Amino acid sequence: MFAKLDQIFILLRDWVVSFLPANWQGIAGVVLSVVAIIAVFPALFAIAVLLERKGLGRMQNRLGPNRVGPFGLLQPVADGIKSLTKEDVVPTNADHVVHFLAPVVLVTVVFMGYAVLPMGRNMTLARMDAGLLFYFAMGASSELTIFMAGWSSRNKYSLLGAMRGVAQMISYEVPLLMSSVAVVMITGSLDLDKIVEAQNQYSWGLPHWYIFTPWGLAGFVMYAIAATAETNRSPFDLPEGESELVAGYFTEYSGFKFAEFFLGEYVGMLSISGLGTTLFLGGWSSPLEVLNWVPSWIWFFGKVMMSICMFIWMRGTLPRIRQDQLMNFAWKFVLPMTLLNLVVAAIWRFMGDGLLRWVVCSAILVLMYAGVGLTGMRRKHFGPRSYRYAE
Amino acid sequence: MTPLAGYLLVAALLFAIGLAGALTRRNAILVLIGVELMLNAANLNLIAFWRYGPHPEALTGMMFAIFSIAVAAAEAAVGLGLVISVHRHAQTADLDQMNRMKG
Amino acid sequence: MSIAFWIIATLTVVAALAAVLLRNLVHCALSLSLTFAGLAVLFLQLDAQFAGFAQILVYVGAVAILVVFAILLTRSSETPKDGGVFSPTWLAGLAVAAAVFATVAGAIVYSVNGLPNAQAVPSVTVLQIGQALMSRYVLPLEIVALLLTAATIGAVIIAMHEKPATKIGGAK
Repeated sequence: MFAKLDQIFILLRDWVVSFLPANWQGIAGVVLSVVAIIAVFPALFAIAVLLERKGLGRMQNRLGPNRVGPFGLLQPVADGIKSLTKEDVVPTNADHVVHFLAPVVLVTVVFMGYAVLPMGRNMTLARMDAGLLFYFAMGASSELTIFMAGWSSRNKYSLLGAMRGVAQMISYEVPLLMSSVAVVMITGSLDLDKIVEAQNQYSWGLPHWYIFTPWGLAGFVMYAIAATAETNRSPFDLPEGESELVAGYFTEYSGFKFAEFFLGEYVGMLSISGLGTTLFLGGWSSPLEVLNWVPSWIWFFGKVMMSICMFIWMRGTLPRIRQDQLMNFAWKFVLPMTLLNLVVAAIWRFMGDGLLRWVVCSAILVLMYAGVGLTGMRRKHFGPRSYRYAE
Repeated sequence: MTPLAGYLLVAALLFAIGLAGALTRRNAILVLIGVELMLNAANLNLIAFWRYGPHPEALTGMMFAIFSIAVAAAEAAVGLGLVISVHRHAQTADLDQMNRMKG
Repeated sequence: MSIAFWIIATLTVVAALAAVLLRNLVHCALSLSLTFAGLAVLFLQLDAQFAGFAQILVYVGAVAILVVFAILLTRSSETPKDGGVFSPTWLAGLAVAAAVFATVAGAIVYSVNGLPNAQAVPSVTVLQIGQALMSRYVLPLEIVALLLTAATIGAVIIAMHEKPATKIGGAK
C-alpha cells in the first residue's frame, strides 16, 4: 500500500493520460507534469513567504502578520491580490521593451531548473545524462536578467544594485560548481537520479548521504554559502539592501512585475535548496532504514522546507556583509577551500573503507580551514581616514 | 536539401553576418561581437560535421568545439580588457578616431 | 528538415542581424545572448548535449556579461555624438561579407552530393567525453588550462588601474 502511495503522482498522471488516444499520450504526460510543477512550487513560495515573515518576526521579538485569517495564514492571498491590483508605473525614460522582458525571462529561466530535480522515486521530469550541467546553465542565464532589470530602469541606484548583484553572482558561481564537482567525482555521473541512488544505501540503518562524510560536510557548508550568495539572500543581500539602495535593481518595478521578481527569487531559493538536498542530503531517500515506508516525495519536500528554514534563520541572525568583504571572501577563502575539498574527496575515495580515512580526511580539512583562514583572510590595516568633498 | 546542408548554410550565414558587423561598425566592442559570432558559426559547423560525418564515436568534432568555446571565452576576456584600457587612454572606443600610431 | 529546425534557425539569424545592426549597444549585447541561446538549441538538436549546455554556461553566463560590463565601463551605451554608428567605408565591408557568403554557400550547394546524410544517432555520454579528455585529448586539455591562466592574468594586468603619478595642484 505504501509503495502505491509513494508512486501516487505517477499513477495519477498515467490514469489521466490513458483517456487520450495513443499518440497524444506522451506529450500529454509531459504537459501534465509541467502543470503540476508550475502549480506546486508557487504554492510552496506562498508558504515560504508566510514562514519567513512569521519566523523573522518571532526572531525579532515581535509577532509576524496575524490579522488576515487565523494566525495570519491567509496573508499570501492578501499579498497576491495587492500586487495584482497595484498600478504599474514605468518611468518615461526607461527602456520599455527590456524593462518588460526582464522579470518574464527571470521567472522562465528559474522554473526551467526544476526539470532535472528528482522529487521522488521515478519523479524526475526530464532525466538527462548531463542533468547537473543543465541546472547550472539555467542558473547562469538568470544573471543576465538582473542586469537587464537594473539597466533598463535608467536609474543610478538600480544600475549600482544590478552591477553589485551580477558581480556577486558571478563570483559565487565558481564555488557553487566546484563544491558540486566533488559529489560528481565520487558518484561518477552528472545524472541527478544516479547521485540520489548512490546515496540511497544503508549501513547499520544509517544512510550513505554525502553530508555524513568529511568532504561532504565541508562541501555542503560551502554550497550553502554559495547558494545564499547566488540567490541574493542575507547576509549577502547588498544588491537589494533596503537601507542602502532603496530596493536595488528592482526600484522601478511595481505591482505585478515586482511580484514576478519576488516569485523568481523565492522559487530560485527553493530550486537551489532542491539541488542541495539532491547532492548532499540524499534527495528522496529516508534518513533511517526503518522509515523507508514513508513516501519518497515527503522526504524530498521536507528537506527542502528545512533548508528554507535555515535560510530564514540566517537572515534573522547575521548582519549584512559589505561588497568588498563579500568578494574577498569568495575569491580568497571559499574558492581555495572548494579546490582543496576536491583533493580531500579524491583521497577519501582512494583510501578504501575503514576508520583511517575518516581521521585523515577530517585532519586535512581542519588544517586547511585554519591555513586558508590565516593566509587568505588577513585583515587589512587601514591608515588614517581621508576625506574627499564634491566640488 | 539534406539536414547537413541546412546546418552548414545557417553557419555560413552567421559567419557572413559576423564578418559584416566586424567590418562596418565603428565601436570596438561591436567588432568583438562580430568576432564572437564568427567563432560560434565555426562551432556550429564543427558539431554539424561531427554529427553527420563518419565515426561520430571518436568525438573529434565535439572536443574541437568544446576547446573552441574555452579559447573564445579567453580571447573575449583579453579583447575586452584591451578595449577598456584603450578607452582609459583615449577617452573613446571609436575605431575611426584611432587612426594614428602616436599615443 | 523539421519545422523546429527552421524556426530556431530563423530566430538565431534574426537575432544575429539585430546584434550587428542595432544602434543601442546594450540591445546589441542582449540580442547576441539570444543568438547564443539559439545556437545552443541547435547544438541540442544535433544530439550534442554537453556542447549545448557548455555553450549556455560559458557564452550566455560569462561572455555576454563580459560584453555588457565592457559596454558600461567604456560609456558606449550613450548615443554617439557625431551620429552614424557605421563607419564611412561600410559598403566595402558589406561587399566583402556578401562575397564570403556567396563563396561558402556555393560550395555547400554544389557539393551536396558528396556529403553523408542520415547516420544513426551517436550516443555520447558525459562518461565517454571525460574518458576521451583524459586519454586522447589530455595534451589539449592541459594546454587550454595554461592558456586560460595566461589569459586571466593578462586581462587583469591590461585592464588594471595604474597608480597615478603624484600630481602637483590636484588636477584631474
